Amino acid sequence: MKSVFPVLTVLAVIVGIWYLAVAPMNVRVALDQAERAGAAVVPEGSVPRRDVSVWRLMLDNSEHVGLGYALERPRLPTPAQVGQELWKTTGEMVAKGRPWSKRGLIYHSWITLQSTLWGFALGTLLGIVGAVAIVYSRTAQLSLMPWAIISQTIPIVALAPMIIVLSSQVGIEGRGVPKAVISAYLCFFPVLVGMVKGLRAPDTSQLDLLRTYNASGLQSFLRLRLPASVPYLFTSLKVGIAAALVGTIVGELPTGAISGLGARILIGDQFGTPLAIWSALFAAAVLAGALVTLLDVIQRVTLKRMGMAT
Amino acid sequence: MTTQNVVQAKSLDLTFQTNDGPVHALKGVSLDIAKGDFVSFIGPSGCGKTTFLRCMADLEQPTGGAITVNGTTPEEARKSRAYGYVFQAAGLYPWRTIGRNISLPLEIMGYSKAEQADRVARTLELVELSGFEKKFPWQLSGGMQQRASIARALAFDADILLMDEPFGALDEIVRDHLNEQLLQLWARTEKTIAFVTHSIPEAVYLSTKIVVMSPRPGRITDVIESTLPRERPLDIRESPEFLQIAHRVRDGLRAGHAYD
Repeated sequence: MKSVFPVLTVLAVIVGIWYLAVAPMNVRVALDQAERAGAAVVPEGSVPRRDVSVWRLMLDNSEHVGLGYALERPRLPTPAQVGQELWKTTGEMVAKGRPWSKRGLIYHSWITLQSTLWGFALGTLLGIVGAVAIVYSRTAQLSLMPWAIISQTIPIVALAPMIIVLSSQVGIEGRGVPKAVISAYLCFFPVLVGMVKGLRAPDTSQLDLLRTYNASGLQSFLRLRLPASVPYLFTSLKVGIAAALVGTIVGELPTGAISGLGARILIGDQFGTPLAIWSALFAAAVLAGALVTLLDVIQRVTLKRMGMAT
Repeated sequence: MTTQNVVQAKSLDLTFQTNDGPVHALKGVSLDIAKGDFVSFIGPSGCGKTTFLRCMADLEQPTGGAITVNGTTPEEARKSRAYGYVFQAAGLYPWRTIGRNISLPLEIMGYSKAEQADRVARTLELVELSGFEKKFPWQLSGGMQQRASIARALAFDADILLMDEPFGALDEIVRDHLNEQLLQLWARTEKTIAFVTHSIPEAVYLSTKIVVMSPRPGRITDVIESTLPRERPLDIRESPEFLQIAHRVRDGLRAGHAYD
C-alpha cells in the first residue's frame, strides 16, 4: 500500500506532461480546422505555416490552441480521448451485448492473449530445458549459450515475416502457430538466463553436502537445484511474459494480420486514426500489466508456501 | 589393520596446481584417529586443516600417500555413509522446515517415512531443538541453525562426525554453550569426531587429541594428547592443566610461523 502514493505521483506527472504536449503536437491541425471554419489565423494557409515553429504558432494564435484538445483525428490524442476510445471499444461493447465484436478490443486482446500464452508456454519450456542442459553439460554450455545470445541480436521485426512465410510453406494454416513461435523466440531467453543462474545458485558446500550423502544427480537436481531456482524462475517469467506479448504483437504487425492488437495498431496507422493506435497500445499495456501482476501473485503465494517469503 | 583406528593417514600429500604454480596444501601428513577420539585440528589459514578433513570425506583427492577411513578408502566410506559432515555455514535449505532439513539425508538414503519421523524427533532432542521441527530456518538464530545442521549430520547414525569450523561464525557466548552441548552429545553417542577450529580454548576444551598444523606446506607440527578428564565443566578452562595444554598449542603454532 505504501507504494501507491509514489506510483500515483509518477502517473500524475506523466498525464500532466502528456496534456501539455497535446497543444504543440496538435496546433497545426487545430489551426487548419479553425481557418476552414472562417477564423483568422496567422499566418494564413497551411503551407506557409509549415515553415513556422509550433511555438510561434501557439503564441500568435493562442485563442485557437484549445481546439487541439478536441480534434476528431488528433496527432496526439489527450488521455481523456484515449480513455473514451478504450471505453467505446470495450465496456460499451459489453453494455451493448456484443463483447466479442470484431470492432471491439476485447476480441483483439483475446486473439493476442492466446498467442502470447502459447508462446509463453513454449518459450518457458525451451528456456528451462535449455538451462538444465547448459548447467549439466559443458558441451551444451559451450554450444548453446552463444547461439542463445546471438538469437537475441537478430531484429525480431526482420525475422517475423520469414517465420510466417516458412510456416505457411510447411502447411501450417492460420497465424496462431507462427505468432506463438515468434513470441516464444523472444520469451525463452530471459527464462534461460534466469534459470541457469537459479540452477547454479546453490553454493559449493551445499553441493558437497549432497556428495557426502552419496546423492545421485537426479536427487540433487530435484532436492537442491530445482527448488533453489524457483525465485529466479519467477523473476524471469515476469520478464518473459512481457516479452512474449511484445513478440505476439510484432508477429501481428508486418504480416497483414487482421485480428489482434498488433493488427489494430497497423490498421490504425494505415487509416490515419491515431486514436485506434493509442487505444490498442493501452489495451496491450493493460494486458501486460495484468499478466505480470498475475505472475507476481503466483510468485508470492508459491514462495510463501515454500517458506521463502521475501 | 586394527579396528580401533577409524582414520589412518600415512605421509599424505595434496598439491593443487594453480596459475601461480603448485600449492602444497598437505605435505607428509601422518595421523591416526582412534575410535571415540575427539580430535581438533588447529592452525592458521592455509595450514591444510580443512583440506585434511575434506580428504577424509572424499571431497578432495590426495596426490600422494595413503588414507583409510573405517579401514576402507574414503570413497567407499563416503558411499557407505560412514560419516556426517558439518560445514561452517549451516547451509539449511530455506524452503524446508527444520524437520524436513534433518530428514533430507534420510530421504536420499531411502529411509521409510516412519523411520524418518522417528529419527528427526530423536536427533532434534539430541541437539535440544525439540519443538522447532515445523519452523523455517530463517525463524531460528544462527546458533540454533548450526545445531540443526549438526542434527542433520547425526540423523543417519554415522560413526564419524567431521566438523569444519562449525562454530566459527558464532559469537563467544553462543559458542561456549554449543561447545558444552557438543561434549555432552559426544559422551552420549560415543562418536569419533574430527573438528577444525581457529580457537585455542575451543580446541583444548573439546579434544582428546589436538593436532597443531602450519602452512606452506600444510603439515602437522605437533600432536598433543590431552590429559584433561572426559568430564569437562566449562570452568575447567581456568585450571592450570588446561592453561598448560593451551600454552603448548600456542608454542606449536608459533613454531610453525618461525620461518616467516
